[in-house]
Amino acid sequence: MKKALTFAAGLLASTTLVAAQDTPVLTVYAGDYIVSEWGPGPKIEEMFEAQCDCDLQFKPGDLLPRILLEGEQTDADIVFGLNTDVTKKARESGLFAPHGQDTSTLTLPVDWTDEVFLPFNYGHTAFIYNEERITDVPASFDDLLNAPDDLKVVIQDPRSSISGLALVLWVKAVYGDKAEAAWEQLAPKILTVTKGWSESYGLFTDGEADMVLSYTTSPAYHIIAEEDRTKKAAIFPEGHYFMVELSAKVAGTDVPELADEFLAFQLSEEFQSMIATGNWSFPAKLDAAQWPDGFKELNLPEKVLFYSEDEAAALRDETVEEWRRALSQ
Amino acid sequence: MAARALAIIAALTVAGLVVGPVTAVILRADAFSGFTPADWQALRFTLVQATLSALLSVLFAIPLARALARRQFPGRNLLVALLGAPFILPVIVAVLGLLAVFGQSGLLNRAFAPLGLPELQIYGLHGVLLAHVFFNLPLATRLILQGWLAVPAEQFRLAATLGLGKRALWHTVELPLLKRIVPGAFAVIFVICLSSFAVALTLGGGPRATTLELAIYQSMRFDFDLARAAALGLVQLGLALSAGLVALKVTSMPVAAKGLDRVVPRWDGQDGVSQTLDVVWIGLAAAFLLTPLAMVALNGVAGITTLGWSVWQAAGHSMSVALGSTLLCLLWALPLATRWGEWLGLAGIALSPLVLGIGLFLIVRPFANPFELALYVTATVNAFVSLPFVLRILRPEAEAIRADYTRLRGALGLSGWAWLRWVFLPRLKRPLGFAAGLTAALSMGDLGVIALFADPDRATLPLKVFQLMGAYRMEQAAGAALLLLILSLGLFWLFDKGGRVGSAS
Repeated sequence: MKKALTFAAGLLASTTLVAAQDTPVLTVYAGDYIVSEWGPGPKIEEMFEAQCDCDLQFKPGDLLPRILLEGEQTDADIVFGLNTDVTKKARESGLFAPHGQDTSTLTLPVDWTDEVFLPFNYGHTAFIYNEERITDVPASFDDLLNAPDDLKVVIQDPRSSISGLALVLWVKAVYGDKAEAAWEQLAPKILTVTKGWSESYGLFTDGEADMVLSYTTSPAYHIIAEEDRTKKAAIFPEGHYFMVELSAKVAGTDVPELADEFLAFQLSEEFQSMIATGNWSFPAKLDAAQWPDGFKELNLPEKVLFYSEDEAAALRDETVEEWRRALSQ
Repeated sequence: MAARALAIIAALTVAGLVVGPVTAVILRADAFSGFTPADWQALRFTLVQATLSALLSVLFAIPLARALARRQFPGRNLLVALLGAPFILPVIVAVLGLLAVFGQSGLLNRAFAPLGLPELQIYGLHGVLLAHVFFNLPLATRLILQGWLAVPAEQFRLAATLGLGKRALWHTVELPLLKRIVPGAFAVIFVICLSSFAVALTLGGGPRATTLELAIYQSMRFDFDLARAAALGLVQLGLALSAGLVALKVTSMPVAAKGLDRVVPRWDGQDGVSQTLDVVWIGLAAAFLLTPLAMVALNGVAGITTLGWSVWQAAGHSMSVALGSTLLCLLWALPLATRWGEWLGLAGIALSPLVLGIGLFLIVRPFANPFELALYVTATVNAFVSLPFVLRILRPEAEAIRADYTRLRGALGLSGWAWLRWVFLPRLKRPLGFAAGLTAALSMGDLGVIALFADPDRATLPLKVFQLMGAYRMEQAAGAALLLLILSLGLFWLFDKGGRVGSAS
């Protein structure tokens, strides 16, 4: 019996060894929220492996610091989940190659012509509220600034959070030179500022705040996963800031064909139909008619605001400093 | 001689863990562009909040520890064990627990509203202090309590026989004791508050409450400005080690005063005023520390039954990391339980976890795949981070034992091993149990450097809590946090029990 087991174990070991030698590996660096079992990672792996005859391996962690630290010695073939606030730095590193995909058919609310960074989903910044808790919902950004001070809002810090940074750019895009004055007006309504999105959203769902800085897509989670229709995004006519998640091919990859295949897969209908509920965001290439039902119910902004990578980089220090000054008083 | 060699090896490995990563980061960095006005503001706030937090924690801990030392009541051991809990909770969980009591729609405000009382506003410097006292009061209390319980019972009996009043007892027994324990406790809490980041920001209400650690985080994650991160990290390290030096200077050395290791009833503090005061202190502290914990538990009950297999698996990983760290930390701590050893050990919490993580990554990367080392690195870093607490717990007693028994050792010509086996370790049992429990529990809750070393197949429980929160699953996250709380407390209880306070053994 023991012998048989040893034999079986040996057989298993040798088959996995053979498999490891024959199957090409595609290494994908992605954020922890992607790779987590509650993120889209496991589904992406399953779907892509079914078509590529390869082994897709996700490596989670801090994307940009990690790849910049590793430089040309990186194991990554694809980097998945970058945001526009870091693409400038990533592009300047020269570590990434053009994606070669047709971006003219994307369904983003802005034109996308970037040859290196390829979108897979998007959303907009928005303040989410619980309609059972507040009835006097601000109908515009101006309304929010002029709301009584007992309306309590939680936001994220632009120095430690991507959504926080998008918020200061949003305010800049709406108020321009008067951004600092807008922040001063908003300051008494800001209950607190958190390090990241999770902390803010936790405070909001615990009933600590009336509104939370999040995304236009957040209510979709509550509708689809919890059948809860009380969480809504307040839509402002001044416009909402566009946030997109991107991937890119590493120039030094040892499996370039596989990396290209992955990028094409990322825009396929199969992937795009899954990503909405996988990552709770709008698909980058899928007509609204094909969105999951919960997403079709969402309030969408009429106007979308967006700074190019260069504009955002030029404005960043100034807008963060305006924010800090106004909220430090 | 062997003991000396061990101490040198331990000191070198600890120093290496500080110098190595910092050097690695500096070597990889570009030119440093200088500090901004915002950095100076952050430095100021960091110092103010850390000083006040440490001061308040220690001040409140003194009467509380005294009350616990001289009162016996049913459930006292359980209370002492539970008091350790805030210290070992993951930060975000503890903050949500605190807000459930002190927040906008917390218990207090809900109780005040019908009475027409004004709304309690938690966000601000006072909120930061409240949270830091919540985290550190238990630690300070345990450290001081440890010292109180180490006073040979004969001293109290002698004081009673001589008819010493409260004031005389304070001057002859209690004050010298506090001088020996309090500066170190202050230093260790000051240093841990120096690197506070998420708590300070969330409860501070915004950028006014920016700490140096946030600036380090920003440099590292957003700007990839390693020079700035390293410079800020060095400032933080410098502050911490200076605080350690000051503590070292003002701490008095133990005097030889050994007892017969017997439990003798306390004669002091039996008058009505003392009794009432003690009851009030214990009651207030228990309410302050345990109510938020109860809220964490309450919030988690619904979610804990819905946790999937992977969360339990992660709990297993966390337990192994915790046990590994505990072993490593004690091996480090025993030879380092001296004045300079404790000072050096402070570096464990003084060095920004972000600088440490990036530095280790740079060092490990040329030799091995960081992903495969994830759990080992986490265990080592957790041991390193727990070292200052463990040394603070062990050192006063270790020195007292050395002072008390050195003549005996010389007279009997005890070998190093016999000394350890028959004198040193048995007398160090109580602090050792406490130290081991604290390390194990801290390692369960710590996220530390995992960001660069995360491995999807070897995730730890705190990582799962964050993943659940990041995926909108707040209820399950609360459940996983409760599981983490139960396991941490369980480990703490198991180890601490070995040297249970006030036990007759």
